[in-house]
Amino acid sequence: MGTPYLFPMLTPPPGRRAVVVAGLRTPFAKAGTVLKDVTAVELARHCARELLYRTELPGDEIDEVIFGQVISSPLVPNVAREVSLLPQLPRTVPAYTLNRACASGAQAVTNAADQIMAGHADVILAGGVESLSDVPILHTRRMAQILATASRAKSLSGRLSEFAKIRPRDLRPVSPAIAEPSTGESMGESAEKMAKENGITREAQDEIALMSHQRAAAATADGRLTAEIAPWFGGRSMDDVIVSDNLIRADTSLDALARLKPVFDRTYGSVTAGNSSPLTDGASATLLMSEEKARALGYRPLTAIRSYAVAAVDPGWQLLMGPAYAVPLALKRAGITWQQLGLVEIHEAFAAQVLSNVQAWSSPAWAQRLGLPAPVGEVDWNRTNVMGGSIAVGHPFGATGSRLVTTLSNEMARRDVQFGLISICAQGGMGFAMVLERVA
Amino acid sequence: MSAFATVQRGAVAVVTFDTPGQSINTFSKAIGWELDELLQRLEGDEVVKAIVLRSGKPDNFIAGADIGEFVALRSVEEAVRLSRDGQLLTQRVADFPKPIVAAIHGSCLGGGLELALACRYRVASDHLRTQLGFPETQLGVIPGMGGSVRLPRLIGARAALDMILTARNERPRKALQLGLVDEVVPESILLDIALAAAERLARDWKPVRKGRGVSGALLDGNPLGRMLVYRKAREEVERKTHGNYPAQPRAIEVVRVGLDGGMSNGLAAEAQAFGELAMTDVSRRLVEIFFATTELKRDDGVGGTPVRVKPVRRLGVVGSGFMGSGIAGTAVLQAGVEVRLKDADLAKVGRGLKTAIDILTAQLTKRRLTRPEYDRKRGYLTGSGTLDGFAGADLVVEAVFEELSVKHQVFAELESVVSPTAVLATNTSTLPVHEIATAAGHPERILGMHFFSPVDKMPLLEVIPTDRTSAEAIVTAVQFGRRMGKTVIVVADSPGFWVNRILLPYLNEAGFLLEEGVAIETIDEIMVQWGFPVGPVALMDEVGLDVAEKAGKVMQQSLGDRLTPSRVIAALRADNRLGRKNGRGFYQYRDGHKTSPDNSVFALLGVHPAKGDADRQRIEDRLVLAMLNEAALAASEGVVRAPRDGDIGALFGIGFPAFRGGPLRAIDAIGATEVVGRLERLVVAVGPRFAPAPVLEEMARTGQRWYPLPGNR
Repeated sequence: MGTPYLFPMLTPPPGRRAVVVAGLRTPFAKAGTVLKDVTAVELARHCARELLYRTELPGDEIDEVIFGQVISSPLVPNVAREVSLLPQLPRTVPAYTLNRACASGAQAVTNAADQIMAGHADVILAGGVESLSDVPILHTRRMAQILATASRAKSLSGRLSEFAKIRPRDLRPVSPAIAEPSTGESMGESAEKMAKENGITREAQDEIALMSHQRAAAATADGRLTAEIAPWFGGRSMDDVIVSDNLIRADTSLDALARLKPVFDRTYGSVTAGNSSPLTDGASATLLMSEEKARALGYRPLTAIRSYAVAAVDPGWQLLMGPAYAVPLALKRAGITWQQLGLVEIHEAFAAQVLSNVQAWSSPAWAQRLGLPAPVGEVDWNRTNVMGGSIAVGHPFGATGSRLVTTLSNEMARRDVQFGLISICAQGGMGFAMVLERVA
Repeated sequence: MSAFATVQRGAVAVVTFDTPGQSINTFSKAIGWELDELLQRLEGDEVVKAIVLRSGKPDNFIAGADIGEFVALRSVEEAVRLSRDGQLLTQRVADFPKPIVAAIHGSCLGGGLELALACRYRVASDHLRTQLGFPETQLGVIPGMGGSVRLPRLIGARAALDMILTARNERPRKALQLGLVDEVVPESILLDIALAAAERLARDWKPVRKGRGVSGALLDGNPLGRMLVYRKAREEVERKTHGNYPAQPRAIEVVRVGLDGGMSNGLAAEAQAFGELAMTDVSRRLVEIFFATTELKRDDGVGGTPVRVKPVRRLGVVGSGFMGSGIAGTAVLQAGVEVRLKDADLAKVGRGLKTAIDILTAQLTKRRLTRPEYDRKRGYLTGSGTLDGFAGADLVVEAVFEELSVKHQVFAELESVVSPTAVLATNTSTLPVHEIATAAGHPERILGMHFFSPVDKMPLLEVIPTDRTSAEAIVTAVQFGRRMGKTVIVVADSPGFWVNRILLPYLNEAGFLLEEGVAIETIDEIMVQWGFPVGPVALMDEVGLDVAEKAGKVMQQSLGDRLTPSRVIAALRADNRLGRKNGRGFYQYRDGHKTSPDNSVFALLGVHPAKGDADRQRIEDRLVLAMLNEAALAASEGVVRAPRDGDIGALFGIGFPAFRGGPLRAIDAIGATEVVGRLERLVVAVGPRFAPAPVLEEMARTGQRWYPLPGNR
């Protein structure tokens, strides 16, 4: 990495532009609550279908469906295909599901943009979904082997002798943990480590959390957030209608947040349930088109995908520091500077991670490390996470990226901002950044 | 051109039945002769060791006997002979020295099934369109080509009676369970499997047919058990038909003779019964209804040159109450279209979606839908608090509150959203459609679509154009109504349209009888005996007393004092009685089930129930003639486009007794002179509301009829 960081230019990329036409999501709900009986497929299909109706887009205009999902059900390994098999679409729309961890939804959007810009598609439905109430529970490796062997056994006695090998410990179910396979460290532990190494205080983290809740509550009250939500008809009689996210706490306070016990280091820790994003169920979908197609169909595009970048760091170091690398790269590819950003959306996995990223971007030492002549930029909280973030709204892993694209695009249109940035940290030490540009 | 083509496949002759110039195969005398000749030739052909019989029509094996020949029958003897000829043919098939295998794909009904039953072996495709059944009792007769005798011998008395008496079509899987067919396979290999079976049979293979189990052996397997079966069936038939449909008890008798008296006695009994039944008035009426509904299926409601319209792909429904959600669910189930259900209140949208989904779920539970079909249909059904998705709707039906200003608002909102070609319908039952359309920018696309409740069960739809509605809009609504599985009649935009117009005076008369102290059960029992599925008092409870009250007021306002409501409904409404919906009405209800008449009603009316025997004939006349007179008046005003539509509307909308053919047919049957005479006596005895409709007096004078007699056309 060297000098290319030096050229702040405002030249639009040549050729076709991929634009965001609209986005919609389900309500986001704390895992195990109001959406606990709903499968990921149903969530994904619901928001995708409602998006079609809201935009009045005929299903046969769609060229492809791309969805992100991090923990997929073994029964539905390709959730995107189930979305493209909605009866409102022709059965001939190809679809795939991808996994870029917490940046999956964003990756779905940029993959769609790539396909559109390459001229391979005109209209793509991109999105993401996660149901943490619907995670697969596995058997131990040994138990799985016994069952597999038994199912292949030719005789009843062969089967029984295989079953006889089962020991009580084999019956212990295994559920997927949110831990790094390479290090065994959980994400919360990583956030805790980052807080300590980067000197992020408990108070600073709680302030981020408070801001997230207050802003999300305000955006829910004034309808900016609920406008992005397709109501969910829940309950036996389907009349428990959920129109907003159930994790946002309008009434929380610094005092209340301060009372929470640290989770990952009970003695000297600062990362709590209050300043972390919760396990969440939800889905989100974003409608992308080539600018030409969008105009031909009579839509007013919100934003265009100007650039994006993905970076990765050693997971054994500061796991959630990826955005510190990805953001300057995305800005460089966009040909703009941090100062030109009118709005910024930083995914809040943990307040400690947000503050660590922010600190890196403003640090001369970090700039030096990246070979930049000056720090990336100073965060202006008046233009950052203006409708709250994942701590308050929730974080269905696969869906968050699509939510951020929708939220940022809508707010950029409302404020008539020229450039907006999305920053997402992801499992595996990855960071994802995207620059959106307002389309007049 | 021959109807049968034969191709040799090894030792097997594959006979393909394909009637030239017809979309479906039917069985006629001429076809019978042809088949007989063909069999003679194949019998002599030494290369042929077995035969496979299949159809060359897409999704149709044989739809039944030629109804034209049936209608042309003029005497019992002629009809017996027709049956005998058919029996000889099926007997020829059954006795054929070489095995015959039926390869059944598509509808295999009536005579088609009788032919298949005579074959040695039956293979059916597992296709949705493959259905087997005996519709004969719906035409007032019984299977007459040996089917009434062969079926019970194949599948047992109980199952056979069930199939014949209900005229129900069986799906392949059920047919296999019953033993009606020997194998069910995918259509793609149907012929191969039939060929293989034919070859095996030619080598003296004896197919093993499974037994009927313990209860089968106890009931079907011995004469004593069968006595029980016959008695149960007779009781059931009596309970359902009150002796009004002679084909049903005759069918039981023929099945009994066929099983217990031997094949030839059975066939003789079958032919005799068929012959006698074919000449009954009941059968005539039922056949007329069959033709009328068939005609209606081809009638788009506009006459003249055919109008081409775009089929509806997306339906919008505004108002997610019981009607709206019923329309939504039925549309998804039957027509398989996208449905967008809208209501201002989201919780109501959710409940409406649930009600609509329940309609699908019931079909899933009954296995009339497969899981993938169910999932797909369910995926078509969505709801919203806004008009999102209505821009893409081809047809919108509103079922909001019956208030003109509310309707105007809904139509104004819709017009600002929908595409220029969308048709907009109101499901009003009490408001004039043209008044709803007055405020519209494009009244030419507005009409009424009057569904009946519950929408998924009631078979009728009234389409109500105004004088400004375009032909395209009418055809769109009629065709979509048919796709929803409804029989559709196009009626005039006048108070009560057709069905409620003729129903209300009848219900009203029941009210007056109650005022006079006639017992609830007497009134209802007399009309059930006359052939209605429920009596008028019970019907008021079903309709809802609030709805009946409102409809009564509207009718009186527009049609005058002749329709002054009895004070009964008002009195019950004052006592917070709404009928079944709140479990309080003329009847008492427990857990949603009707128990017994609530005689405290008479205290509310301040009358004492009449003692002693009621004048049953007088009661029957008052009720029936109230309806017939109004039907005559409305028909003469042009409320229906033809007597046919009026009669079908009464049959499917009210449950008017089918064996009477409909109110206008009933007038013809009684005779206009007699009807006028009875009405005049009622004017004297009861009141001026029975004044005969002018058209009836005219008919009495001229001898004209609603349906000209054959030959007078």
